[in-house]
Amino acid sequence: MTTNVITESSPRSRLDEHAIFVALSRAKSNVMFSVSVLFTLVILLLLVLVTGYLLNIGFSSLHWTFFTEKLIPQGMVGAPGGMRPALEGTCILIGLASIVGIPVGMLCGIYLSEYSANSILATPTRFVADVLTGVPSIVVGVLGYQLVVVPMGGHSGYAGALALAFIMIPLVARTTEEMLLLVPRSYREASIALGATKARTILTVVLPAATGSIITGVMLAVARIAGETAPLLFTALGANLLPHNGNPSQPFPALTLDIFKYATGPDPAQKQLAWAGILILILLIFALNVMVRLFIGTISKQPRH
Amino acid sequence: MPSTETEITAQARPLAALATPVMMETTVIPPIPAAPPAPPSPVRSAASDSLVTPDAQRSSEIHPELAAEKCIVSVEKFNLFYGKSQALHDVSMTIPIGKVTALIGPSGCGKSTLLRSINRLNDLIDNIRLQGRICFNGQPIHDRAVDVIELRKRMGMVFQKSNPFPMSIFENVIYALRIGGEKRKSVLHEVCERSLRGAALWDEVKDRLHQSALGMSGGQQQRLCIARAIAAEPEVLLMDEPCSALDPVATAKIEDLIYQLRGKYTVVIVTHNMQQAARCSDYTAFMYLGKLVEYGPTNSIFLNPHLKETEAYVTGRFG
Repeated sequence: MTTNVITESSPRSRLDEHAIFVALSRAKSNVMFSVSVLFTLVILLLLVLVTGYLLNIGFSSLHWTFFTEKLIPQGMVGAPGGMRPALEGTCILIGLASIVGIPVGMLCGIYLSEYSANSILATPTRFVADVLTGVPSIVVGVLGYQLVVVPMGGHSGYAGALALAFIMIPLVARTTEEMLLLVPRSYREASIALGATKARTILTVVLPAATGSIITGVMLAVARIAGETAPLLFTALGANLLPHNGNPSQPFPALTLDIFKYATGPDPAQKQLAWAGILILILLIFALNVMVRLFIGTISKQPRH
Repeated sequence: MPSTETEITAQARPLAALATPVMMETTVIPPIPAAPPAPPSPVRSAASDSLVTPDAQRSSEIHPELAAEKCIVSVEKFNLFYGKSQALHDVSMTIPIGKVTALIGPSGCGKSTLLRSINRLNDLIDNIRLQGRICFNGQPIHDRAVDVIELRKRMGMVFQKSNPFPMSIFENVIYALRIGGEKRKSVLHEVCERSLRGAALWDEVKDRLHQSALGMSGGQQQRLCIARAIAAEPEVLLMDEPCSALDPVATAKIEDLIYQLRGKYTVVIVTHNMQQAARCSDYTAFMYLGKLVEYGPTNSIFLNPHLKETEAYVTGRFG
């Protein structure tokens, strides 16, 4: 029917129809654009509100004693004190998790990229790594409890670090693999043709060529575990004080755990402390991300082959 | 990885399309698709007019000049398969010591495959199968007893695309010594200078040896790769289309260099550029569809080819 109408209509009216069609298209296009902008602004506004609120309360609660004091109970001189043990605990946990997670992850990534041709191990490993990256962190916590805390007979910093490393390994492995695959094949061939062994080629040519991007990936993985809470609840448990000499074989403090504890506690002064803790955590992760961006900036300026 | 795949498909296509001599003939004569139905043109029936030499006229004898040369690498009835497609068919040739030998032929004819078989770089490719043998100084290189790392140290290789490592110029040149465990600074510097001079690059880079090699021009990068290859003092230098990505000026420099390297090193060069083969090689091998068609002194290949395929290719009638 409609086609009939069009063919029967005069040239003039066809022109009008065309004009209407064009106008409608433009209108639709403009609506689409406006809606997208609107929702982008909504997101931006939310972000500004949340961050502004956080910065406002966080900075007003932040006192230099936050970094130097431990928690001082309600009613005592100097209360509420600070979160120094938690800060130190988080740093130690991240360090321990990195010591385990980075080498294991990188070696796995090297295997996947350099050695896995024709291997029946490769595809399942990639699949498992991808699934593990998406596993809810509470699952990692329960797993850590069952596999480490129960056999060791108690909560400990080691268990917490292992749980964090567990989150880190698949991230590091996949990043390493992807970054190594970007290294031109011609580098490997040139090195092999010069009589280098495969291991030598990987260590002296392939890895150095990808160092920048691998470091970027590792730093993002560190930023990710810095903010984890759930895995630590079951494993490191938390503590008011750092164990003697920072010995991780006992229940261990962490920033995220103390924030949770203080924020859900009854003391308003401790709630203020939690706000300051959140601010510091956000700034830490923000700083890591900025460092990654700066790093990417410096390596992308280098001449690429 | 992708490069291998394209190589394989490039290999497979002409094999499938030009499998029979009849098909080849039709591709040689440029067809005019939209031509009006003309009276059937006289079919190029007579063997005398064909571009293909009948098998009966082929001779497998070795050119007397080649036979007189002392050879360093000999290929004997060598067959190579990528999966199911055969890339090299019964290739037999000897590579004379201290001379420049050029491998010419259309894309996908197996030149690079043959070159990469000589230093066993094809080992890196999965799903590859070999028959026949290649001997280096009389020893079969695919023997179990042969240390492939040692073999590759004695053969330098220069690739189609210059591939300096992302390190300083100095570290690039002495890479082979580093992997050999050489630590004496005086030796490293001496070899670096000698190799860069050998590659006609010293004067251009002597003031920036410790800057990144990736900041050099394309031609300089390729000469750096040659310096890196000769720093190991190889016996054979394998060059896989070393000038295909370079401008004419850089190409001329590399060709000069190849000319200078003759005598000192045995050079095997794969090239698409027939003038290049004619200019800088002593012997030329023409390959087609994975077979060695004709092999002899460069002059005789270009001026007085025995076989029709060779003549057609070197005179630009196909390929």
